[in-house]
Amino acid sequence: MAGNSEPLSPRAKLAVTAGRAAAAVSRVAGRGSGSVIGGKVALRFDPDLLARLARHLDVVLVSATNGKTTTTRLLAEALRANGQVVSNALGANMPAGITSALAGGSEARYGVIEVDEKYLATVARDVAPKAIALLNLSRDQLDRAAETRMLAEKWREGLAGVEAIVIANADDPLIVWAASSSPTVVWVAAGQEWKDDAWSCPSCGGVLQRPSEDWYCAECGFRRPTPTWALSEDHVIDPYGVAWPIHLQLPGRANRSNAAVSAAAAAAFGVDPKIALERMYKVQAVAGRYDVVTYQERELRLLLAKNPAGWLETFSLIDRPPTPVILSVNARGADGTDTSWLWDVDYTRLAGHPILVIGDRKMDLAVRLEVAGLQFLVCSDLDEAVRSAPPGRIESIANYTAFQDLRRKVGN
Amino acid sequence: MTDSSLRLVWVYPDLLSTYGDQGNALVVERRALQRRVPVSRVDVRSDQPIPTSGDIYLIGGGEDRPQRLAAERLRRDGGLNRAVANGAIVFSVCAGYQILGHEFVNDLGRPEPGLGLLDVVSVRGEGERCVGDVLADIDPQLGLPPLTGFENHQGVTHLGATARPLARLRVGKGNGTGDGTEGAYNDTVFGTYMHGPVMARNPHIADMLIKLALDVNALPPVDDQWYDALRAERIAAAVQPA
Repeated sequence: MAGNSEPLSPRAKLAVTAGRAAAAVSRVAGRGSGSVIGGKVALRFDPDLLARLARHLDVVLVSATNGKTTTTRLLAEALRANGQVVSNALGANMPAGITSALAGGSEARYGVIEVDEKYLATVARDVAPKAIALLNLSRDQLDRAAETRMLAEKWREGLAGVEAIVIANADDPLIVWAASSSPTVVWVAAGQEWKDDAWSCPSCGGVLQRPSEDWYCAECGFRRPTPTWALSEDHVIDPYGVAWPIHLQLPGRANRSNAAVSAAAAAAFGVDPKIALERMYKVQAVAGRYDVVTYQERELRLLLAKNPAGWLETFSLIDRPPTPVILSVNARGADGTDTSWLWDVDYTRLAGHPILVIGDRKMDLAVRLEVAGLQFLVCSDLDEAVRSAPPGRIESIANYTAFQDLRRKVGN
Repeated sequence: MTDSSLRLVWVYPDLLSTYGDQGNALVVERRALQRRVPVSRVDVRSDQPIPTSGDIYLIGGGEDRPQRLAAERLRRDGGLNRAVANGAIVFSVCAGYQILGHEFVNDLGRPEPGLGLLDVVSVRGEGERCVGDVLADIDPQLGLPPLTGFENHQGVTHLGATARPLARLRVGKGNGTGDGTEGAYNDTVFGTYMHGPVMARNPHIADMLIKLALDVNALPPVDDQWYDALRAERIAAAVQPA
């Protein structure tokens, strides 16, 4: 076991202490959990702290455009079957937040770490992970994120020299391109509904052919690898062909996909799929997502959708019409300020639902819905939307900062 | 127009659809249908030939490598140039705008020939990426209200003698040449750096294209309340950023 065989140096200990102090000050000042500021202060005292902290752990990294926070939770739960886990469960997924999370787990055996897409190669180099789980890549935050294919290219270069087992989604051509430079890859047929970022072959630029579930490039031969694990409806099929039932409290196909990848990753650490999947049932809401709350005597389910792929997966899990739906979109810094992506989302999927529109960019949404030929009501705020919603549990779908606004408002 | 339907062609969504470019097709389609003009929309993937019988062709924005691939395939295909020679209308955005010109700088840092449908040449800007709300006055000859849009590009486009600026900037970088121009047009071929997508914020441009295609001077009015509200909000945001 990784354990504490090699204690931290005095310098590293000092850095951890300084970081904790800064975090405590930040908490007292009412500026959130303080994990990011704590990590920043600690890294300033000891720039190699992340690598030093990770040396004591079996580390798994999780990265993707969508589902990384949830998968981190599911996988952490699965690995707890074998020992203590430290994890950045609150989604602080850049080096400072990760350092802070690891500093909190001196007794842990495993580190299950969510990593922002842009930092994957750097963090992978620093922490020498045992495994890396890669779920999907799609367009997100158009105004400031790296272009999607370039990101896949950077992953590919960054992962080429990393000795981790890579657990990767065989159904996303960009993920396959990124992962296939690694010496050891476990391919999981985890599915992906959104396909519009991968019509071009990442290798040669040819047009990808996508008959049903398969995909291949007719020009250079780059193609979907044969998976050893697969998601099949509500079962995970393991490499021996055994189908294990997935029972989650979390809704939707995307979360079953996250569970399938988590089961494959947990198996790399010797956790039996049956035990791994049973433990995943414990995961309820993840940072407020999927939570059902009561507000103004109405039940609201809080759903986060940050980009076209996320909206698509969210539409497939909401209750049927005439369930009312509140949509909220902002375009602040953390959301990306370019709202063009609204036009990549197929809102006609909401036909039949009463639709209530709020958020900073409700007028963008109103035009989008008008052009989709849908009926909707633009409301000034959440209270008005809830008051105006016909009976029944309300599905509330919001992008990043709109979701935070929503949680604050309902006291979640 | 040989019949009363509008043939709308969306060029290469597999390569040039990074910034919600489908929106322009959806808005044109919707506003034609609201006028009871039947629409047949064809989305042409880059391994398919470009039909030459379309009325309106839309080309969107994209990343650097897909842009080069699109230019290569469009040059090889030749269909878009034939369609324009037949009088077809083309509306292009960002990477698509650059492709319509004589030349642009590709992902390998080399000059890439375009289609020569617009008298413009594009290079890569040296400064920061142009990102933000834009407000501009459209060429008075087109008789349209102000242009509002969101720009998100690194390109700089120089206009030649036969290309007219689509608009004069009040706020934003537009063509990035520092001369206050945004976009370009010539007869039936239009180019702009505006996302948003541009038709969602400027439905009058969609109407202009429909009128050009149908060869009519006016269209029956439609309810523009949400477009108007969005325009007012974004114009205010451009003038006074948050």
